[in-house]
Amino acid sequence: MYTQALNNPAVEAGVEDEEKLAAFQARIDREEKIEPNDWMPAAYRKTLVRQISQHAHSEVVGMLPEGNWVTRAPSLKRKAILLAKIQDEGGHGLYLYSAAETLGVSREELVDQLLSGKAKYSSIFNYPTLNWADVGAVGWLVDGAAIMNQIPLCRCSFGPYSRAMIRICKEESFHQRQGYDLLVAMMKGTAEQQEMVQDAVNRLWWPALMMFGPSDKDSKHSADSMKWKIKRFTNDELRQKFVDATVPQAKVLGISLPDPDLKLNEETGHWEHGEPDWDEFYNTIKGNGICNKQRMKDRIKAHEDGAWVREAAQAYAAKQAAKKSAA
Amino acid sequence: MTDTALFTYCMRLADDSAILSQRLGEWCGHASHLEEDIALTNIALDLIGHARELYTYAGQIEGKGRDEDALCFHRVEREFNNLLLVEQPNDDFAYAIMRQFLFSAFMLPFWEAMMSSKDEQLAGLAAKAEKEATYHLRHSAEWVIRLGDGTEESHNRINNALEFLWMYTGEMFECDEVVSSLVAEEVAIDPMSIKHLWDETVNTVLVRANLERPTESWMQTGGRKGEHSEHLGHILSPMQYLQRSFPQAQW
Ligand SMILES: [Fe+2]
Ligand SMILES: [Fe+2]
Ligand SMILES: [Fe+2]
Repeated sequence: MYTQALNNPAVEAGVEDEEKLAAFQARIDREEKIEPNDWMPAAYRKTLVRQISQHAHSEVVGMLPEGNWVTRAPSLKRKAILLAKIQDEGGHGLYLYSAAETLGVSREELVDQLLSGKAKYSSIFNYPTLNWADVGAVGWLVDGAAIMNQIPLCRCSFGPYSRAMIRICKEESFHQRQGYDLLVAMMKGTAEQQEMVQDAVNRLWWPALMMFGPSDKDSKHSADSMKWKIKRFTNDELRQKFVDATVPQAKVLGISLPDPDLKLNEETGHWEHGEPDWDEFYNTIKGNGICNKQRMKDRIKAHEDGAWVREAAQAYAAKQAAKKSAA
Repeated sequence: MTDTALFTYCMRLADDSAILSQRLGEWCGHASHLEEDIALTNIALDLIGHARELYTYAGQIEGKGRDEDALCFHRVEREFNNLLLVEQPNDDFAYAIMRQFLFSAFMLPFWEAMMSSKDEQLAGLAAKAEKEATYHLRHSAEWVIRLGDGTEESHNRINNALEFLWMYTGEMFECDEVVSSLVAEEVAIDPMSIKHLWDETVNTVLVRANLERPTESWMQTGGRKGEHSEHLGHILSPMQYLQRSFPQAQW
């Protein structure tokens, strides 16, 4: 999910052994998986650490906008579904931090990067969830966009990331269906419920399209990722797949999408769409989205409030180890 | 008459689960570390499962067409019959863990005993809930020990939680006419019959946690009669707001 390539300074080439590089690229070209102990160019490692940790951070920060509705879920069944979904996202965060750790960084370092503002996470989670339909719209659109992004990542050249993605994708598609189901139930309901759904979709549609990252003409950093088979489709290709899959679902749902330029191109079979507001996108990435500061404040608070708990667990474990070695 | 007692009995258990799961849900996304976030959510999910089954069953016994959501979202504070213990706030992680431990130390032997209830529905739920309560107790007991025997700060925090929450533990062992009439029919169990098991668990864990068991003191009561602490209304307000605002809506 959420591989927007947000803070990709061009990865410095460094000096690598030509022979090793050629052998490495040959393995990638043969679709072999690269495993943590295999030789890899420093730039490959760095790109992966950045991408996997951004993805992990996104899973974790993404728990907040949905968590906003846990205590207000309108039925016990919906509350259980929502809690289970958020729990899955936490689990995704865990697998991904573990995948990143195989590349030689610790989870603590990565979390510090998030909390200090050095690391990015997907821009989508800087939008607020303002009515109950947002929970459904997040499942349908945000998990839906994540799946489009992630399915090709299941074939990523780096073994641990690819395996994490296979497991995560199964759960994300479950989330997407549950989100859609929530919206269907509301669309069958009262006029007020239908308005909530339309309102949620109006607010989340464009941010969901932005999840694929900048338009190809402005995205400079995918050449290496493509060559290394970390990325297999461009941002615009993935965005198009998402639009093509989602527009018919919106029709079935009976809502409109807030894009006057949306129209089916009969020749290509693709839905042509308008441009997202890229100023809004870059402004959000810079930290000025509606919820950026709130999300970080909440993550930092949870981390700081939990410090004494983690310290206690460590102190206890150290005492137990000391007792064992004394025995 | 039995039906009224059985309805009340199921509602009490359902309310315990619903209110405690609501409290646990407040942690979602805010716990000290991801593993614990997931663990607390696990417990919340189990409890929601129990609440749903119990409300549904209570609604069938009542026979007035109220389903699980009608019972959970359309009653006011005075109609809720949960233990005061489960509505106590998440002042910090120590309070949440101690609350869970004191409750689960009761619920595990409770469900074990309820597996032989003459009421098939309750016996069936007990068989499932007993396994879940085993995990809830293990998880919370491990944390009580870690916090008690961790750092000075964690020791003080868990000790404060113990001292504060202790006065709410007496309520679990109350046996009024509702319970005693069902005990006579072997549908319910007398909570005093498992007091020794609760004591044993609590004493063992507190010793390992370097915590002193509070001396028997005044025990608060009232939850089973709908006389609550001030916290309950604040739990119900967000919980019920959508159902109350849009009473015609299905979700
Ligand atoms: Fe994701
Ligand atoms: Fe996820
Ligand atoms: Fe998801």
